[in-house]
Amino acid sequence: MNEKLYRRRVRANVIGLTLSMTAMALGLFVLLWILFILFKNGVAALDWNLFTQSTPAPGSEGGGLANAIVGSLLIVGISTLFSTPIGILAGIYLAEFGDRSKIAQVTRFVTDIMLSAPSIVLGLFVYAIIVAQTKQFSGWAGTVALSLIAIPVVLRTTENMLRLVPGSLREAAFALGAPQWKVTIMVTLRAAQSGVVTGVLLAVARISGETAPLLFTALNNQFFSVDMEKPMANLPVVIFQFAMSPYDNWVRLAWGGALLITLAVLTLNIIARVYFRDRGGQR
Amino acid sequence: MTDDHASELKTALQIRNLNFFYGKFQGLKNVNLDIAERRVTAFIGPSGCGKSTLLRTLNRMYSLYPGQRAEGEINFYGQNILDPKQDLNLLRARIGMVFQKPTPFPMTIYENIAFGVRLYESLSKGEMDARVEWALTKTALWGEVKDKLQQSGLALSGGQQQRLCIARSVAVRPSVILLDEPTSALDPISTAKVEELVHELKADYTVAIVTHNMQQAARVSDFTAYMYLGEMVEFGKTDEIFIKPKKQETEDYITGRFG
Repeated sequence: MNEKLYRRRVRANVIGLTLSMTAMALGLFVLLWILFILFKNGVAALDWNLFTQSTPAPGSEGGGLANAIVGSLLIVGISTLFSTPIGILAGIYLAEFGDRSKIAQVTRFVTDIMLSAPSIVLGLFVYAIIVAQTKQFSGWAGTVALSLIAIPVVLRTTENMLRLVPGSLREAAFALGAPQWKVTIMVTLRAAQSGVVTGVLLAVARISGETAPLLFTALNNQFFSVDMEKPMANLPVVIFQFAMSPYDNWVRLAWGGALLITLAVLTLNIIARVYFRDRGGQR
Repeated sequence: MTDDHASELKTALQIRNLNFFYGKFQGLKNVNLDIAERRVTAFIGPSGCGKSTLLRTLNRMYSLYPGQRAEGEINFYGQNILDPKQDLNLLRARIGMVFQKPTPFPMTIYENIAFGVRLYESLSKGEMDARVEWALTKTALWGEVKDKLQQSGLALSGGQQQRLCIARSVAVRPSVILLDEPTSALDPISTAKVEELVHELKADYTVAIVTHNMQQAARVSDFTAYMYLGEMVEFGKTDEIFIKPKKQETEDYITGRFG
């Protein structure tokens, strides 16, 4: 054994380990700091009124986030209903049917652009084609904007997860005389199920915190409203407006809303992980 | 090359002047062969000799991949398998295939079997139960899984998974079963069970098996084909191929001097 080489490798190992541990500690520290501040300020805002009362008018006391919570649930929920089937079907096409066809290549390219496009640009786009045309901020416009963000996420995860399914499994299904659509739906998609569900959950987590596209589309609504054709309150925009306001109760509500979104996203991420581990571990 | 006894048997698959191409590379060169009905025919030869390729032409598996094509004729009870008009799904329902690695579908053991059956038959619940039991009994798996039919097929051991895959092919009642190195991923005990199974299958099915293991070919097959570089070097009764091969190349391979 070469002593010098060995010692050099040990030294390189110590240096590398130290660097990566420092980087990890730094990242973890910042994350915990954020969560600490968020919980410290947010928990103070948590009370029953947060869920039962709507956002307060300027100058009035108390108030809650009921309208924003319901608005966010509606907008994010409907966006998910739109984007999940579109994303999954397009992902199936790319992975199983189109593959190297021209249209698949174009779709992939456009999806990549959509994935990396700043969300404010998508918001502006929806503002131009819907809000400016109907002369009305609306829950629907917000839904369209969030769907545009979610579709590429769902599409890409679906495609990637289907590609991870070994070709031998497809061949085995074909070998029984199954037509391609049955192979895809009953075997391939089922094998990729946990990954696809995870993709959807992550897309939901992603759009529930988006603010910029909603500023131009759903805007905000001081009152409780479930009318999708009218401006609609939602957590991100309320946080944006309230956090910078001079009223103490508004700032408190902003912290409360931020905590709610964080908890929701955290829960979704944990569910996604647990689901993927439990179901994914079988194969 | 057909010997006296073979000619008494009915032929299930008649392969004539078969050439196969992966793009520009020729994987099979002018292969001629008769696969006897209700007998086990083994394909042996070194890696890359074309034995798996040959098997994959018999159920047109290669048609899944653009760029792969076959020329010549494979006569299967009067129809030419290579005919472009051939309905591939129907063909594959009649010529089943089991692969090197076990490929259970991500569903219950019961559904793994029922999936293929449902494609071409509509059975009542009772008939389907009977068919599942029949297929699992046939593959000697019934005793081991009868109490966990509703569990995932992925929860079985490797050897059980492979027998499940064979049961799945058997359940659709094809006339030919193709086995592509079915035991190469299995331990010796599972291998023995699968070999025993192959032996029993030939009572009802025509079996073609690709194997790297020459002892296996000698144990399970009635006929053996030795292939090299895409060509059929020698074909005959297994006893004769292993005891007194006609060609030096075959003898070299079988005695381990080559390959």
